[in-house]
Amino acid sequence: MEKQEYTITIYTENSIGMIGRISTIFSRRKINIESLNTSPSEVEGIHRFTILITEIEEVVRKLCRQIEKQVEVLKAYYNTNDEVIWQEQALYKVPTEVITEKVYVERLLRQYGASAVVIRKDYTVFETAGHREEIDKLTEELTKYNLIEFVRGARIAIIKESAGFHAKLKEFERREPSEEVVENEYLEKGDDVFTM
Amino acid sequence: MSTLEKTESKECAKQPQPISQLKGSQAVLEALLCEGVDTVFGYPGGAIMPIYDALYDYNEKLTHILVRHEQGGIHAAQGYARTSGRTGVVFATSGPGATNLVTGLADAMIDSNPIVCITGQVFASLLGTDAFQETDVINITAPVTKWSYQVTEASEIPTAIAKAFHIASTGRPGPVLIDITKNAQMELFDYLGYEKCTHIRSYRPSPIVRKEYVQEAAALINSAQKPFILFGQGIILGRAEQEFKAFLEKSGIPAAATVMGLSALETDHPQHVGMLGMHGNYAPNVMTNDCDVLIAIGMRFDDRVTGRLDKYAKQAKVVHLDIDPAEIDKNVQTTVAVWGDCKETLPQLTELIDKKEHTDWLEQFRTLEKEEIKEVIQNELHPTGDVLTMGEVVHLLNELTGGDAIITTDVGQHQMVACRYAKFNQSKSNVTSGGLGTMGFGLPAAIGAWYGAPHRDVIAIIGDGGFQMTLQELGTIMQFGAKVKILILNNQFLGMVRQWQQLFNEKRYSFVNITSPDFVALAKSYYIDGQKVSEREQLKTALKTMLDHDGAYLLEVMVGKENNVFPMVAQGTSVSEIRLK
Repeated sequence: MEKQEYTITIYTENSIGMIGRISTIFSRRKINIESLNTSPSEVEGIHRFTILITEIEEVVRKLCRQIEKQVEVLKAYYNTNDEVIWQEQALYKVPTEVITEKVYVERLLRQYGASAVVIRKDYTVFETAGHREEIDKLTEELTKYNLIEFVRGARIAIIKESAGFHAKLKEFERREPSEEVVENEYLEKGDDVFTM
Repeated sequence: MSTLEKTESKECAKQPQPISQLKGSQAVLEALLCEGVDTVFGYPGGAIMPIYDALYDYNEKLTHILVRHEQGGIHAAQGYARTSGRTGVVFATSGPGATNLVTGLADAMIDSNPIVCITGQVFASLLGTDAFQETDVINITAPVTKWSYQVTEASEIPTAIAKAFHIASTGRPGPVLIDITKNAQMELFDYLGYEKCTHIRSYRPSPIVRKEYVQEAAALINSAQKPFILFGQGIILGRAEQEFKAFLEKSGIPAAATVMGLSALETDHPQHVGMLGMHGNYAPNVMTNDCDVLIAIGMRFDDRVTGRLDKYAKQAKVVHLDIDPAEIDKNVQTTVAVWGDCKETLPQLTELIDKKEHTDWLEQFRTLEKEEIKEVIQNELHPTGDVLTMGEVVHLLNELTGGDAIITTDVGQHQMVACRYAKFNQSKSNVTSGGLGTMGFGLPAAIGAWYGAPHRDVIAIIGDGGFQMTLQELGTIMQFGAKVKILILNNQFLGMVRQWQQLFNEKRYSFVNITSPDFVALAKSYYIDGQKVSEREQLKTALKTMLDHDGAYLLEVMVGKENNVFPMVAQGTSVSEIRLK
């Protein structure tokens, strides 16, 4: 079996420490997480993790079983690239003079569909979204023109065949609404609240 | 669901009580009483002082055993859980108290012991400030706990503890840790009574049994000519000993135990063909690679059981019954997976299988067994040389106890010998560190095992190396009077490592030569009686004295220095390549 990119989608309770519990399942096996995104899901109270790794299917399947074993995990899916619609976002900061003076750079940005977020005298910030290769190519080109700063976001992905689970998830939350997260209320209040 | 039996405590009101003000620390103890806890193993310290202060008033309702080290505390709780079938409870303070639990948590995790650890933590306002005795215990223990939660407000305590007991004891059991900041222990809050947790929306303790897989499994078993059953601790954890026996006897199939599965079926059962694995019996290892259908029940194909995986039971179709979906296809590819609690799945399977007797097939196991007796067992149990063997000690012990005792062991040669030769008449009798192989487990586990089953004899068989890892727990025995019989098999070596160095490292004995104190004098300093024997003619009387003694006793037996445990599946070889010498 060949290693390939897999997008792992995990639905969890929104509880503190989930990133740690999930990430150790990968690090324990010395598997590198290429990107990780956490966000709310379409259902209130349920969190969604999107994790990208390159592995063989057997390993990914076992990982998902271990992830689902966690008490606060509802479901873990894994998909190959052709089973998901995915995007990565990137921000680029380049000297404004480069864009005004170099026609090639302007073309380049048009070609990649980059749009300006901030334009200042000294620098301009562009954003673009797309697949990894496109972003990498643009980065490579811009490096030649004094790219000041670059950041790429984690992969986010929508599973093509997810209608079934979406309905289940909605029903699940409707029947048993999620509990509120209790956070530490006492940091910075030490002096008022307690003395040893 | 293997919900562990809990005795409903009288102190626990079934209806929500009228609102009363309670301190967090009191709520902890109320929760324990409502969960039917009678014994807690623990050690106080700064961050858990409010709970200990509250405990002062609960002295008559809760027995607290003050251990000598937190590791001893959690191993004792494991021993308690293993012999009682209930959840073991541990108290420890923050920082070093909590980190000292880690070995026990890892042990309980891999051996699926239901444990609830309650640790104190610094004030919530001090979290993350490197406060005195602050450690990030939640993150340190995350990989070795089934679940953990940090409580920073008193009002969270009842729910958190209720969830802890539910998670620890249901499905595939495991250790849970609740870390409670000191302010949460001290705060007063409106107590609404305690409600047991029976359901967590994201947690499915056991998968739903799929009838079609049970049918497929039954068809496969019915068509088999040479079927073979492997059983593990899942039978004990699922309280399915009777269901297993019914299945076994209707099927007529030979069955072998994993180390953790020992005592789930009485040793003398005519279909019991011994123990699997690296130092298991000859026949079950060899026949694994000869059977046509392998039926694995509540076991997880540990590498010590399978040996080389690419040469493991390749000819066989595999039926795997397990409560944990992550175990299916983890190491061995299954033909039919029966997901579910074996208490549920076994009776369904029993109903569908044909009544059979595999007499000839069983006979093949017995033929191989004879070979093992001739080559290994005879010399081990009835040696002709001068030096005592570990096997003959265990054999004599069987004679004297009749197989009714609980045996706890440490880790190493003595453990393998005890597991190989100890006779078990009833379930929950073998308490050993199977998955983690924790030296130092045996003595504290025996203390807990005794509290878990105080009317049974508890014998801790321990090596001279492992005993020196947790011998401080003699202090616990001295103070609280657990009637634990300590049987030290002293070969003056770290025997298992020495055996490997002999067999695989050309006898380059590197730091396996371990010297010991005068164990009997040591026990005596703790006011525990004992004696040391090195002659065969003294052995039986000494064992009898130990068993008859009313109270704890330490018997040190000097055994052969360089005896090896055989048979052995050497690392990297197949189970069928098991060596008899």
